[in-house]
Amino acid sequence: MNASTTERWDEFMEGIWRQNPLFVMVLGLCPALAVTVSAVNALSMGLATTFVLTCSCVLVSLLRKLIPKEVRIATYIVIIATFVTVVDYLIQAISLALYDALGAFIQLIVVNCIILGRAEAHASKNPLLPTLINALGMSAGFTLGLFALGSVREILGAGAFFGVSLFGPDFQPWVVMVLPPGGFFVLGAWLLIFAAIARRKQKKLAEQGVGGQNA
Amino acid sequence: MTPSAAILPQTTSAVAMIRTLGLIAALCGFIIVSAYQGTYDAVQENKRIAVERAVFKVMPTARSIVEYVASPAGAVVKVGAGDTAKSAAPLGGIKFYAGYDATGKLAGIAAEGVAKGYSDNVRILFAYDPASATITGFGLVAMRETPGIGDKILVDKNFLANFPLEAKLTGDLKKLAQAIVTVKHGSKTHPWEIDAITGATITSRAVGRAINDAAQMLLPRIVPQLSELKEKP
Repeated sequence: MNASTTERWDEFMEGIWRQNPLFVMVLGLCPALAVTVSAVNALSMGLATTFVLTCSCVLVSLLRKLIPKEVRIATYIVIIATFVTVVDYLIQAISLALYDALGAFIQLIVVNCIILGRAEAHASKNPLLPTLINALGMSAGFTLGLFALGSVREILGAGAFFGVSLFGPDFQPWVVMVLPPGGFFVLGAWLLIFAAIARRKQKKLAEQGVGGQNA
Repeated sequence: MTPSAAILPQTTSAVAMIRTLGLIAALCGFIIVSAYQGTYDAVQENKRIAVERAVFKVMPTARSIVEYVASPAGAVVKVGAGDTAKSAAPLGGIKFYAGYDATGKLAGIAAEGVAKGYSDNVRILFAYDPASATITGFGLVAMRETPGIGDKILVDKNFLANFPLEAKLTGDLKKLAQAIVTVKHGSKTHPWEIDAITGATITSRAVGRAINDAAQMLLPRIVPQLSELKEKP
């Protein structure tokens, strides 16, 4: 890997790990808690958000020199709302059952702060390629986060994974996991795990740093 | 004075702002309309399949369905295929589906009912058999009841044994002779009563109310017109 590839990879991984929108920045909680009752719903929501985030950021980046800063928020919102409408129609065309399962949360992608945040903080200041990589990284991080929530909740709350029953007919599902409180329990558990790993990594780095200085 | 000139913010002309906003609005408008037109056929087809699947589920003997609207004046109007529902439906009309068997004879009538459940509305589709004047069964359109509790209405054997449910009209065909009611578990004595599920009483009641409200409105309009619906048009 040469220097620029490493840099790009680093930029992509930023969204998945160091700046993970769900587990580190704790953004976009509304869809994260509401639609993650099954792995399929979580993944679909993640992909829908990926589409909106990537398309909006690309368009904002392409038009960044044209957009006067006085009207930038209005412009971003119009662009984001456009792609949310597109994804709304696409999901209806793909599957009405999925559309019903995701409910109002498809339209609510428009107010997902990850997307406006990315448009304002990154896409409006960077050329196309870094914007695309950053948006894809953030989307992947958010999708993985939703999937982590959705699969745990489906396995515990319905005894299934992607609709396939795992434990046979005698399994008594832990129903609270597919109810709203379950969303908070599982999110809390994942936040704990993420924070613990990050802290351990930091400690290791610090120890290595100290060791390096001594030597 | 140079310092004040230095802190003066850079201003954008009003024309530039309006031009940008106008351009972006036009571009976004183009994207939205293209997406709408591009997905229109697939979305309509999905909606039709969803309705058919739901109707065939509550009327297993039906092989084809025709959509009708029952107007307040008592006429039944056939709704054209696709999206003409709005243009054809008279004000205050109730939509229902007539199911026909393989030979083109009326197999039953399906209509939607809605009532407040434990959380949000419970929307169901029920089937009415004109020959025996009974509600033969129901299927779910949408609900947000508690998983593991409210959703028992779809699987509980004792609850499903409530059907067929009597839905006879009075002599003047103005309303149901006996209103359909949900009663406490174990106290069902009449064929028009629904025996509730213990622990899911609110959802059971919602099913009863949804069927009763819809049947009270719809049946007096369509029962006098049954001869028109008998054969597949």
